[in-house]
Amino acid sequence: MAKIKIEDLDKIAEDVRRKMNIREGAGRVKITVHMGTCGIAAGARTIMNTFLNLIELQNIKDVIVTTSGCAGLCSREPMATVEVVGQAPVKYADLNEERAKKIFEDHVMKGRYVEECVLSIGSERIQ
Amino acid sequence: MEDLSLHILDIAENSINANAKNIEISLIEEKEKDLLTLVISDDGIGMTKDFAQDVTNPFQTTRMTRKVGLGLAFLEEATKSANGKLTIESTPNIGTKITATFQLSHIDRKPIGNIAETIVMLIAGNPDVDIKYNHCVDELQFIFDTKDIREIYPNIPINLVNVLSFIRKYISENINLKK
Repeated sequence: MAKIKIEDLDKIAEDVRRKMNIREGAGRVKITVHMGTCGIAAGARTIMNTFLNLIELQNIKDVIVTTSGCAGLCSREPMATVEVVGQAPVKYADLNEERAKKIFEDHVMKGRYVEECVLSIGSERIQ
Repeated sequence: MEDLSLHILDIAENSINANAKNIEISLIEEKEKDLLTLVISDDGIGMTKDFAQDVTNPFQTTRMTRKVGLGLAFLEEATKSANGKLTIESTPNIGTKITATFQLSHIDRKPIGNIAETIVMLIAGNPDVDIKYNHCVDELQFIFDTKDIREIYPNIPINLVNVLSFIRKYISENINLKK
C-alpha cells in the first residue's frame, strides 16, 4: 500500500475550507494540559491525546486544547484545566484516561464538574 | 520518562519557554557506528555560559513555580546509562542546541517511542511555532516540517483536530525507514 503523502491533506483542507464559514461559537471551552517535565513523566501526553481523539471522534468544533508548563504541584500530575466561557476555570488533578473521558463528557460537553477529580475552582496566583 | 519521544517533548517545551519560533529535532541512527544521536536546536533566547554550564544540575531552573528543574538532568541520565553523553551549546539571543548521544545497541538505551504523538502534541499546544523533524536511519531519511504544510495550505489552521490527526498518521506511516 502506498504511504500517505503531504498532498493527501488536500481532502481535509477542502473540507475545512467549506466548514470554516459555518463554524460557530469557536472556543466555547478551553482545555489546558500541563506539560512540564513532571506532567510528561506522569502521562500528560496520553491525557492530551485522549482529549484530541474525543474531539475528533465527536466532530466537535468549539473546544480548544492547549498546553502549559508545570503548575507547581508535581505530585498531583497529570493535571488539566477546563475553562468554559463565562465560568470559573476548574483545575483537575491525578488524571488518567478514564477520568479524562469523564471530564470531557460531563464538564466539557454538559457543563457539570467532575467533583471527585477537582483540585481547585477559580484562578489562583503563585507568589 | 519511559522513552526518548517523551524526553523530546520535554526538552522542546524548554525551547518554547525560551520563546523559540523554530525548533529542529533530529534523530539519527547509525548502525555501523552503533550510534543514536538526538539533536534539538531552537532559536530561543539562549543561555549565558554560566547558566548553560550548570544546567543539568537539578537545582538550576528558570521556573518560578518550583525550585528544581529535572528535564535536562533526566536526559543526561538517559544518555549516560546508554554509554553516551549530553552536550549543550547555547548563545544568548541566538538559541540553544542540545545533543544527546546513545550507544544504539546498548541494553539500557531507551526506546525511541511514539515520535508522531510528540510532534502532534507540540503543534497542538504551540501552533505558532515551526517544528522540523528529521529522522535518519543510515542513508535513509524522513523529514517533516510544519513550514511545508503552512506553505501548501496557508489558510488552514495547523492545530485543527483533523489536521493534527492527519499529521499523526503521516508521520507514523513514513517514519519507518526500511530498505
